[in-house]
Amino acid sequence: MEATPLQPIATFQHVTKTFAQGKQIVRALSRFTASIETGRVTGLIGPDGAGKTTSLRILAGLYTPDVGTVRVLDRDVATEALAVQARVGYMPQRFGLYEDLTVRENLDLYADLQGVSRAVRTDRYRELMEMTGLAPFPNRLAGKLSGGMKQKLGLACVLVQPPALLLLDEPTVGVDPVSRRELWQIIDRYVRDRHTTVLVSTGYLDEAERCDWLIVLDGGKLLRQGTPESFCAPLRDKTFKIRVRGMPQRDIQARLDACAQVADAVVQGESVRVVTYEKTENPCHGLFADQDQVALESVPPRFEDAFVMLLGSRQQDRPQASADGKPAAPRLPTRDTGLHAANSCPATGSPQTSQVIQVEGVKRRFGDFYAVKGVTFDVQRGEIFGLLGANGAGKTTTFRMLCGLLPASAGKLFVAGVDVRRTAARARQRIGYMAQKFSLYGALSVVDNLRFFSCAYRLRGAAREERIGWALRQFELEEVAAVASGSLPLGFKQRLSFACALMHEPEILFLDEPTSGVDPLARREFWRRTGDLANQGVTVLVTTHYMEEAENCDRVAIMAAGDILALDTPEAIKQKMKTVEKPTPTMEDAFIELLNTRRVGKT
Amino acid sequence: MRLRGLVRKEFLQVLRDPSALAIALVLPVVLLLLFGYGVSLDSQHVPIALVVDHPTSDTMRLCAEFAYSPYLAPITMHGLPEARQAIMERRVDAIVHLREDFSEKLRRPEGASIQLIVNGVDANSARIVTGYIESAYGKWLEHSSSHVGAAPSIAVVMQSRVWFNSNVLSRNFLVPGVIAVVMTLIGALLTALLMAREWERGTMEGLLVTPVSMNEILLGKIIPYFLLGMGGLAISVSMSVWLFGVPLRGSLMVLVLASTLFLLTALGMGLLISTLARVQFVAGQVAIITTFLPAFILSGFIFDIGSMPRPIQWLTHIIPARYYVSLLKTNFLAGDVWSVILPNALALAVMAAFFLGMTRWLSRKQLD
Repeated sequence: MEATPLQPIATFQHVTKTFAQGKQIVRALSRFTASIETGRVTGLIGPDGAGKTTSLRILAGLYTPDVGTVRVLDRDVATEALAVQARVGYMPQRFGLYEDLTVRENLDLYADLQGVSRAVRTDRYRELMEMTGLAPFPNRLAGKLSGGMKQKLGLACVLVQPPALLLLDEPTVGVDPVSRRELWQIIDRYVRDRHTTVLVSTGYLDEAERCDWLIVLDGGKLLRQGTPESFCAPLRDKTFKIRVRGMPQRDIQARLDACAQVADAVVQGESVRVVTYEKTENPCHGLFADQDQVALESVPPRFEDAFVMLLGSRQQDRPQASADGKPAAPRLPTRDTGLHAANSCPATGSPQTSQVIQVEGVKRRFGDFYAVKGVTFDVQRGEIFGLLGANGAGKTTTFRMLCGLLPASAGKLFVAGVDVRRTAARARQRIGYMAQKFSLYGALSVVDNLRFFSCAYRLRGAAREERIGWALRQFELEEVAAVASGSLPLGFKQRLSFACALMHEPEILFLDEPTSGVDPLARREFWRRTGDLANQGVTVLVTTHYMEEAENCDRVAIMAAGDILALDTPEAIKQKMKTVEKPTPTMEDAFIELLNTRRVGKT
Repeated sequence: MRLRGLVRKEFLQVLRDPSALAIALVLPVVLLLLFGYGVSLDSQHVPIALVVDHPTSDTMRLCAEFAYSPYLAPITMHGLPEARQAIMERRVDAIVHLREDFSEKLRRPEGASIQLIVNGVDANSARIVTGYIESAYGKWLEHSSSHVGAAPSIAVVMQSRVWFNSNVLSRNFLVPGVIAVVMTLIGALLTALLMAREWERGTMEGLLVTPVSMNEILLGKIIPYFLLGMGGLAISVSMSVWLFGVPLRGSLMVLVLASTLFLLTALGMGLLISTLARVQFVAGQVAIITTFLPAFILSGFIFDIGSMPRPIQWLTHIIPARYYVSLLKTNFLAGDVWSVILPNALALAVMAAFFLGMTRWLSRKQLD
């Protein structure tokens, strides 16, 4: 009973779903109507709390809608959940693999549960294991697999009985670029070969472009749907790349921000990507009249541009939209430094500035395993330095050694002129650290958290209150000041963590995967703030596995298996990794190419 | 096939998880050894100090009687000060003092007196030691009356016999009680923890969206842990009978049936707890407070329910372990006493039905 192509396999009709969160009632979906067409990949896109996970869970029969009907394969999910579940494959955000079962045993379990007959198992397993690259280790415990491998095994478990509708909830969060690419290859291949319908929610906007159809949700409502091209089409001739030789990219960005016709400006390597409101040939009339080497290039629009415009224009309706009426996410006013005058120093990029962090031949051993095998780099004052790499590349270990949280086994480590290996405590007053996981006190209110962290750094009296006021203003936390921080949305939590790390006005900021799991708008906002801080002379060391974010860094070090593979500006790394097939590689392309050349070099 | 898959998964998990194995197999053995050997409410070879001011043949005979007693270990001391020092240093638990005029007064109509000083810090031990000394003294009276020929002034001699546990070994009633604790651990605590872990790790979400029914998911938990609990029972009963020599006077059949009922109750409680608290930490705490501690304290395992205050006695009626402990003690020590077995078994059956029914009623194949 395969439906003919382009017939809806699933439909939402006026679906409303609310949750009680303490005393508050949160409306996850409100009168949501949409249909998922058969045989294509539909993307579910939206910021945190838009209702993506709720929609997927309703389709999987895990939630019953308060109002409205949801039909999958011509059955009402609310009344015939078991029949629907037999034909739907669902991979939750954190797919529950049994970590103390082997790869093979996990597959066996799901094959048993899905009623896959023994006769077809051998062939099916072989196919899945080859597709996911798990064939070499059927007997490895699932808990011992890398993050990417686990996710692929999760997908294999869902596909063990080929579903008519495959639901994937942010399948690539926390997955390294190589595995991410492989996961998408599996999805693509599966749809083509078996005409499976896929509904995937994602926070990576480049992934959205791979879908056939996109449904954009915001605040539980359908915002817009269409093909990725239909989203981008209205932006044609409105997207540009600007590069001014001799002018730091963040200064270019600042000038563009001030321009009324510019809707959005983001740093991308050494250039700035600009989106204008109206079609134009030159978005920067006279803006850079004082510069002589201005390179302006018209570039094709990306889905990300469209997404930011779409959600940005909605944010304008909200009272807290930034005062200058800019539709983009709220941003830091550049002038309000809030930092010591001593910290302000010449803008970024100038090579003469002093070295704030020096790392030389640093190693870290755990037992007989070297997590970091002798890395050397240095970071200049006011620079944004990115450490990139997959999970287990040694980023976090390097980070912890720099903060003095983990002693190095060998090498030299100087932070702000202090030898971290000897007197780590002396360096701490001068650094701010934002941990990967939300590490604030969830039961304390926003203000109490800020107060606690300022006390921890010996801020007192009026100075402390002033600083707290600054943090609330700068990070737009005033409205939620009295709310328990644990109940805040992820984007707010991240802003609060950021604020806490800045309470004592550190000269050096360590940010460990600050944007992991944060939605695209909050990510942009975050990078804008970071850029402003760097302009004020704060040195920023940041780890990330979102390769595209590396474009915001002045220089990046790409790590793999405890080594630095490349250390340069994002632009230079991309240039180096040019191939015949990919003449203009993205940062992710460059990263994968770099890993491949290393692998080839080794064998 | 689905159920078999779930059961096999559960067994593989238990086998790979050292902490689950420890609770299921090691803990019963440890608890049994502890209660079989280590914890004893009996006192044997209690050291007592003997102070005899003026040794005569009478005092010699009395001292010999103390020495004969398997429960006492008399140490002869010279003078009360030394003995007092010894009791303060806890080298002896009691002092028996025979005054200078003991023999002399013995032959007078008003009789002689013995001074007994007992260390009362531990009231329970003090009572037991007093009892031992009195019984040794009683024996001496008996012997000396036949010796001397003159009947002592005691007209009535009590002839007591202890039934069911004729040696009054505390081990004999502690060890069957341990079985109730072991079954509670496996049935309630382990099950609650492992079910909550499925919620915590997100594996439950994966299970819920497969075509598995809720009954299958619950049975998939009940069957393996039931078998594990029965394994624990087999270990405990074998150790009790063969290692500790506890008599098993009732039929094995009754023991197994009673244990089945109790295990189902415990599983029902464990599953109910983890259905309500989907976090391992909370589920573990709740399971310990609502199942494990009552099984220890309020079941009559160690402390006699009859001597508890009235309100607490009422409270024990909602503790499933109470019925099971009563069944176990009867089954081991007295035999198949149907008037005890039937009401207790009925109570357990009702509780098992209640907890399992509640669990089924509250478990939905949904997240909210």
